[in-house]
Formats: sequence, structure tokens, C-alpha cells
Amino acid sequence: MQTKISGWDANLATEVIAGHKDRDGAMLPILHGLQEVFGYIPEPAVPMVAEVLNVSRAEVHGVVTFYHDFREAPAGRHVLKICRAEACQATGCDALAARAEEKLGLKFGETSADGRVTLEPIYCLGLCSVSPSAMIDGRVVARLDEKKLDALIEETAR
Amino acid sequence: MSALRIYVPGDAASVACGADDIAMAIRAAAAAHKVSVQIVRNGSRGLHWLEPMLEVETDAGRIAYGPVEPADVDSVFAAMLADGGEHRLRIGVPEEHPFLKKQTRLTFARCGIVDPRSLEDYCAHGGYRGLNRALTKPAPIIDEITQSGLRGRGGAGFPTGIKWKTVAEANADRKYIVCNADEGDSGTFADRMIMEGDPFVLIEGMTIAGIAVGATKGYIYIRSEYPHAIDAMNDAISSGRRGGVLGSTVCGSTYAFDLEVRVGAGAYVCGEETALLDSLEGKRGQVRAKPPLPAHKGLFGKPTVINNVLSLATVPIIMDKGADFYKNFGKGRSRGTMPIQLAGNLKFGGLFETAFGITLGELVDDIGGGCFTGRPVKAVQVGGPLGAYFPRALFDTPFDYEAFAARDGLIGHGGIVVFDDSVDMAKQARFAMEFCSVESCGKCTPCRIGSTRGVETVDRIIKGIEREKNLSVLTDLCNTMKFGSLCALGGFTPYPVMSALTHFPEDFKPKDFGAAPHLEAAE
Repeated sequence: MQTKISGWDANLATEVIAGHKDRDGAMLPILHGLQEVFGYIPEPAVPMVAEVLNVSRAEVHGVVTFYHDFREAPAGRHVLKICRAEACQATGCDALAARAEEKLGLKFGETSADGRVTLEPIYCLGLCSVSPSAMIDGRVVARLDEKKLDALIEETAR
Repeated sequence: MSALRIYVPGDAASVACGADDIAMAIRAAAAAHKVSVQIVRNGSRGLHWLEPMLEVETDAGRIAYGPVEPADVDSVFAAMLADGGEHRLRIGVPEEHPFLKKQTRLTFARCGIVDPRSLEDYCAHGGYRGLNRALTKPAPIIDEITQSGLRGRGGAGFPTGIKWKTVAEANADRKYIVCNADEGDSGTFADRMIMEGDPFVLIEGMTIAGIAVGATKGYIYIRSEYPHAIDAMNDAISSGRRGGVLGSTVCGSTYAFDLEVRVGAGAYVCGEETALLDSLEGKRGQVRAKPPLPAHKGLFGKPTVINNVLSLATVPIIMDKGADFYKNFGKGRSRGTMPIQLAGNLKFGGLFETAFGITLGELVDDIGGGCFTGRPVKAVQVGGPLGAYFPRALFDTPFDYEAFAARDGLIGHGGIVVFDDSVDMAKQARFAMEFCSVESCGKCTPCRIGSTRGVETVDRIIKGIEREKNLSVLTDLCNTMKFGSLCALGGFTPYPVMSALTHFPEDFKPKDFGAAPHLEAAE
């Protein structure tokens, strides 16, 4: 599920913001909308959101930085998320996480220099009875083992 | 001949086990056999070790097969064609499977059975009977819910009827129903299963709540980690509007009620009800001090019913069958049933709904079958990241709110995560503190600072640095967090930490550093 990501475009941002601004509590829908289009929350969008919602830039910045989902920089073309929560710990996710770090040459939270892949932790996909689990580009994978993980890592090379 | 009806779960757990590929392969097999098939993407029955679990409709009822791998599809399909014939993966009639047979499914009565995309199918399986009964005499809805003994299934266990009564009695131009679907606890997935497998039951429950308290708008706040549930709820809401069960005239009555899905953004603390409300309002998800209660001043400052998915999804059956029917299940002050989620290192993981009162040992050993690694069970975390770790010595604890509280634990949202003897409990205690420090909203000091100090203190204990001193610092710190935090994140993090320390002290002994006194001297 790789979505088409657009480069910064102020008109497009205005359009996205306008699409949600009349909803009650519009901040999160707007930010989700922007991230869907641009892949992250571009800095120039922050004052635009602030003006439309009649709040300070600091307030928008505060929201963007509070939530783990909102990115301030683009992610890699592939995003591999490995669940690190207790139910996955109970079935060996820590070893798989270390393997992913080693094979990708990345620490959790990092994006490869070529912009190919981002490795992230996720705290619970709700697949705790078929753990360990992961998500790659929005697709969920359960019963993760070394073989399945290696296949996912291979996928990020494409 | 009518099309052969085959069920391939569309539940995220099944999909993660390959159900989408299996559905495609079934289509291909049907085309090869020149047979017309109707594939229903149902929810999961909750026998997750058997996922993807396929079912075929036969004259003798539905016959299940699982877990089906891509290589099995052709032979399973052939068996299905032979009227649910023999196969190595044949499970038979799902309801006859011991895992399901031992359950009492009230909240999950339809999950895995109906087509979650079909309002018609929902109604054909008893859906909207509860609402229709509520419509005929709206006044006693709240009495019925109160008498049923239903308590908040999110974890706090507050009586649902009393919450509703407070909102009903509040005077305001607008009121809201908010569904907390920010199911962030590891080891829990019941909300997700309901939303993906029987979304209309949640819609019906929220509509009944709206009618009962005089609210016309509801929000379902779903975490972003649940894309399948978000899609399923949005689809169901659209069909609900088309089908006249949502909108300006609910089921042809004079009541109006509509719903909207809002998506979270990866903050665990937003599962706390007041943080969730702030998040819905478009703010940082920070916890509010209470009072005022959300029932008085909730979303956008208006009286708000905020309930967990399971609480709201249980409302329709209570309204349909009556309070007495529901409260006859359970024990003590924990009435009815609880959808328990069996997770982690278990042979038979999944969803097990049963009356309150079953013991932890029965759940882990008898139902769950022990660890799939074949090693002995060492610890069981009940109630998510904020729940206590229980050793085998406490396996006689009955599953109910008070019994767990009496043993310094909580049932939370009903998640059980099982660990085998390879687990290091000091590491788990450290993780609990670390998780709290990452997820703390930052509003109150015990949680924000205490969790970070907690990680450091556990580290010192593990390293054997001034062990006794640091053990008492940790105990004191946990006490401060427990009684000084604004919400359950800081307030309950001490449960996993202290339970690990109390029940598994041997894991907190220094490992690689030799004797502690030597290090104390070196410090």
C-alpha cells in the first residue's frame, strides 16, 4: 500500500486543510490529511493550519510533535514497523528486532540514507494471539519468524 | 444450483496470517472447477491458532477448515465441494469445537458468523431487536443497563448505567456519545474483532446510548494502528445511513443519531478517556484533572458518555434479552460475561468470552493449553502494560474485578499475555517504566519524571549498585506514582513493576556483576 506522495505544494495543502476545516476538532483530521498527501507534515503547512483553526503556530507544533504518527520529515519509501509490545516480547520479538536492525543497518526510528526504508517500533497491532507481528507499508504480517522477517527486509530492497 | 458460500475471515489477524491470499486462491480454484462461489469475508471466530480458518456452508451447517496455507487451498476446496468432506485440516462444525463450546458468547454472539458488511445479515441474526425494544419504551433504558450490572469494559469497571444517568440528567443544548476504540493495551484485540467482525452491534449500542441520554451525535475514536477496523466501521456507518438506522429518523422513529469515525495518531495515553476527549477536540492528548467529569463537561465542554467498545457492544443484547438475563451470568459485583483475550506464548490463543469467575489457571492451562514453546509458564500479565504479572502461585485467582484488585492486580480490558520461563522479569519491569516514560502525556510530575527515574533505578538494581537502597527507592517511587498520578498511566505502571519485584525477586539479582557489596564499594 504505497501511496503516491506529493512534493510540497501550497495550493494542495490549502485544499487539504479546507477539506476538513469545518469539522469539529479539525486538527487531527487535517494533519492526517496532510501526511497522507505529503508523507509528513511539511513545516510551511504549520502556519497555514494555525491560521485556519485560529490557534498559534506553537499549538500546531505541539500537536504534531505530541503524536508518534506525525512525521516532521519524510519516511523512507518502505516503512517496516515491528511490534515491540509485551505479547510480541513473549514470543521473541526482541531477537527479531535486533535481526532487523542488523540486516538493515538501521536503528529503530531511522531511515536509510538512500531513503529506501524506515524502521520503526509499533506498540501493538492487536495481533497478540498470532504474535510476533509486523506491518510493512500498511500490510499486516503475523507469526513473524526469521524467514518471514528476511522476506520483508528483501521487500524493502525493491 | 446456487453459489457455494465460503467464509474467509477478513479480520486483521486472519489477514496477517494470509487470509487475503487464500481468498484469491479460492476464487482461482473455483474458476478452475467452473463452480460459482460466494466468498464472505466474515470476522474471526477467535480461534486464532487456526487462522486462516475457512468455512463452507452445507446442508448440515457450516464446516470449518484451518489453518489453511496457500498449498492447501486446492485440496480444501475439493473437500468443501464434497459437501464439507474429509480433510486433514477439517475442524467440523465450529460451534462444536471445545474452545467455542465452553464459551458464553453474548457480546460476541455474531462475530465470525455474520457478514460484517451487511446490515441485512446483522438484522437476520437478531440485530436491532435491542434498539426496537428501547424505542417502544425509551424511559427505562438506563434502568435496564443499571440493573444488568454492566461495568466499563475498558478497565475501570465503572457502572455504565450510572454514567449514562449522569449525562441524561445534565442540562445542555448538545450531548455526545464517544466510543473509546483506542485499544492500545498489548494483549488485547477484542475491540478490533468486534469492529471488524460485527460493526453494527457497536452502532446499535451507541444509538441506544444516544436515545437514552438525549445525544444525537457520536464519535468512534479508533487508533491508527487498526486500519482494517477503521475501514470496517466507516463502511458500516455508511450502510447504516443508507439503511435508515442512522440519520435524522433512526429506524423510522423521531430520534436522530449519527456517527463519525475519528482516527488517533499513535499516542497510547489517548486511551485514557479525558486525553481521548482532548485529542478529539484537536489538542495534544493530555489528561484532564477530574472533576469535572466527562459526564458533566466532556467533549467540547458538553455532557458526554464515553464508553469502551465492549461496553457499548454489550448494550444491544441487554436491551434485547433484559437486565436479568445478563446479570445472571458472572459472580459478585462482576456481572455478565467478559470477552477475554488469550495472547502471547500460548498454544491456543484467541478470544474467549465467558462469565466472570473462571480462574486464571483454567484460562492459561486448560483453555490456552500452556506455552506453545513447550516450556513452563512463568508469568502472566493480565490487563495490558499497566497490569500486574501473576505467577503460577496465584493461578487460582478468579477472573473478576474485585478478585484481581484484592491481589494487587487488575483485569483491565481483559487481555492475558503469557510468558514462558525464558522471560526476565527485571527486564519486563524496566520495560513498564520505559513505556510509561515514552507515552506519558507530561501533565503530571509523578508519571512524567517518575517513570524516567524508575528506568534508572531498575537499571541500578539490575547492576547491583546499592541494591537495597535502590529497591526501597523503587518501592517509594511506585507508591508516589500510584497515588500521585493524574491517570492510570502513571498510576498503574507500578502494578507490573511491583508485581515483578514481589513475585520474581530472583530476577532482580545482579547477573553479570558478581556480588553486590563489591560494586557498592566501587561506587
